[in-house]
Amino acid sequence: MTTSEPVGSMIHVRGLAKTYTGRKEPVHAVRGVDLDVTAGEIVGFLGPNGAGKTTTLQMLTTLLEPTSGEARVAGHDLRTDPAGVRRSIGYVAQGGSAGSDARVGEEMLYQGRFYGLTRPEAQRRTDELLERLDLGGLAGRDVKTLSGGQKRRLDIALGLVHSPALVFLDEPTTGLDPQSRSNMWGHIAGLRTRAGTTVFITTHYLDEADALCDRVLVIDDGRIIATGTPDELKRQVSGDLVALGVTGDPGEVLVLARRLPGATEPAVEPAPAAGLASAGGAGASRVTFRVPDGERVVISLLHDLESAGVALTGVSVHRPTLDDVFLTLTGRTLREEAA
Amino acid sequence: MTRSVRVAEPIAVGAVSPAGPVTAGRPAGSNPLRDTLLVFSRAIGISVRNPVWLVMGAAQPLLYIFLFGPLLVKFADMPGFPPGNAWQVFVPAILVLLGLFGGAFAGFGLISEWRDGVVDRMRVTPMSRFALLFGRVLRDVAVLLVQAVLLVLAGVLMGLRAPIGGVIVAILIVAVMGVTMSSGGYAVALKVKSEDALAPLVNGIMVPLMLLAGVMLPITKGLAPDWLYYLSRCNPVVYVVEACRAAFLGDFASHQFWIGLAVAVALATVCVAWASRVFTRLSR
Repeated sequence: MTTSEPVGSMIHVRGLAKTYTGRKEPVHAVRGVDLDVTAGEIVGFLGPNGAGKTTTLQMLTTLLEPTSGEARVAGHDLRTDPAGVRRSIGYVAQGGSAGSDARVGEEMLYQGRFYGLTRPEAQRRTDELLERLDLGGLAGRDVKTLSGGQKRRLDIALGLVHSPALVFLDEPTTGLDPQSRSNMWGHIAGLRTRAGTTVFITTHYLDEADALCDRVLVIDDGRIIATGTPDELKRQVSGDLVALGVTGDPGEVLVLARRLPGATEPAVEPAPAAGLASAGGAGASRVTFRVPDGERVVISLLHDLESAGVALTGVSVHRPTLDDVFLTLTGRTLREEAA
Repeated sequence: MTRSVRVAEPIAVGAVSPAGPVTAGRPAGSNPLRDTLLVFSRAIGISVRNPVWLVMGAAQPLLYIFLFGPLLVKFADMPGFPPGNAWQVFVPAILVLLGLFGGAFAGFGLISEWRDGVVDRMRVTPMSRFALLFGRVLRDVAVLLVQAVLLVLAGVLMGLRAPIGGVIVAILIVAVMGVTMSSGGYAVALKVKSEDALAPLVNGIMVPLMLLAGVMLPITKGLAPDWLYYLSRCNPVVYVVEACRAAFLGDFASHQFWIGLAVAVALATVCVAWASRVFTRLSR
C-alpha cells in the first residue's frame, strides 16, 4: 500500500481505473477514481447510466479486476486480500440476486452457509431478516412468485445475512413503484440506525440520494466530478429558484429582485406558459430569479412589493435539486442520460 | 487487456485477516470441500424440484436405444464391425452421447442463473472460486449418473448383456466425460452469456463430435473410407467411446481402454482448469 488510510475508514480508494479493450480504441469505463467513505456513513454514488457507477462497484466488491489503482475496503486490501474483502461486505446487485427456481428460505439459508455461518446461525438470521424486511411467511415460496418489491427486499436480505459492516447497494429501487421505493428507503436508513452499517448506494434518482445520503459523490464519464453533502452540492447552484406571478408591469419586480443580495438569472416570461398566474388574466407574466436563502428573502420582498403597489398572483420558492446540480456540473440533465 | 492488478485470486485458502470488521461465524472460503458441497447441495435441490431437465436430457438417447439400436443387431455380423454384440457396441456409445450433450446443455442453466444474478452473488461470497464451478459440475454429474443407469436398463430391456463391472466402469468414464462437458459448457456459457448464441455453438460443435466419434455406427477401418477413418482419429471423443466399448466387453487389458481413460481424464483436467479460470476472472 502506498497511500495511508485514515482512521475509521471503510473505503479508501486511490486512482482506481478500469479500461476495456475496445474494438478500435480502449474504452475507459472508470478513469482514476479517488474516494473515501467513513464507517457509519451512508454515501450516494450518483451519475447517469454508463458513467461508471456499476463498474466502480464491481471493482470494489472484487467482481472485476481494476486496470490500475489501490483500494482498501472494510480494512482489507482489494489486491492482496480479496477474500477478506468478501467476508466483510454485502453486495446487492442491480438486477437482483436470487435464483428464480429456488425457494426464498433456502436461498437465504444457503447464502448464510456460503458465508460460513453454521446451520442454526443461518436459520436464525434467515428468520430475523425475512421478518425485518416484511417477507415473513414467504420462506416456502418460489422466488419467481414474488412481486417486484418483495424480490428486491429479498435481494437486500441476501446481502445482509452475514451482518456485514459495509453494504453496497446498486440501484436498489430502480423499477419499483413509488410506495415500494419509500418503503425501501426506510429499510436502507434502518441499516445504520440498527447496526451502524456503512451503506454505499448507487442511484440515478436524485430524490433518493437527497433523502438517504449523508454525502454524495457525483460521477460522470468515469470521473468523480463533485462530492459533498446534498446541501453543499445544492449550494453550488447559485441559490433557490424564486418565481412570482405578476399582473401588471414586471419591470418593477425585476428592479426590486435585482437589489436582493446574491440574486442572479433574473428573467421574465409571459404567464400563460407558467401556470403560476392563473388569476392574472391577460397581461400577466412570470418573473423568475435565483437567490441564496430564498425562503427568507422572499418574505421581505413581498413586503416591498406590496408597498410599491405591485399585484401578485402567486409565489413559489424551489430549493435546487441534485438534478440542478448535475446540470450545473455537466451541462446535461440526468434524465436525458437515463433515457 | 492490461492486467496490472490482480484482484480475484483463485481460492484464497486460509487468508483470514485478523482486523476484519464484523465477520460472522467461521471464515468461509478456507474449506474448498465444504464450499463445493454447499454449492452442490443448493444446485441439486433445485434440480430435484424441477426434474424436467433430467427427463429431457435422457429422452433423446433413450429414443436412440429403442428406435435405432434394433437396426444394428444384424450389422454386428458384418466384417469390420467391432467385437461384441450390437448392444455391447451401441449402448456404451449412447452413454458417451449422453455425457456429451447433457453436460454441454448445463451451460443453458448457468446462463439463466447468471441473468438472475446468482453467479455474481456467489462470486462475492468468500467461497472458494473452484467450488463455485465444481459444485455445479458435480450436480450435473449426479444427474448424468441417474440418466446413465436409466439408459443401461433400457439397453438390458432391449437385449444388452454385459459384465456388470464393465458397465459400472464405463459409466464412471462417462461421468469423467460429463465433468469435461459441463465445465466446458459453463466456460463457454459465461463467455457468450446468451442462450441464442450458445445453442448454435453447442450444436455446431456437438454434432460433428458425435458423428466423428462413431456413436451411431462405429468408424472402423473396415466400415469407413480411409479419409473418414483418419479424420475420426483426430477426435478425442472417439477414444473415450472405444474405452467404454472395451469396458462393456470386460476387456480392461486392451490398450483402447487405457488410452480412452487417459484421454477422458486429460480432457476433464483441461476443461476444469479453463472453466475455473473463467469463473475467477469473469468480467462485465
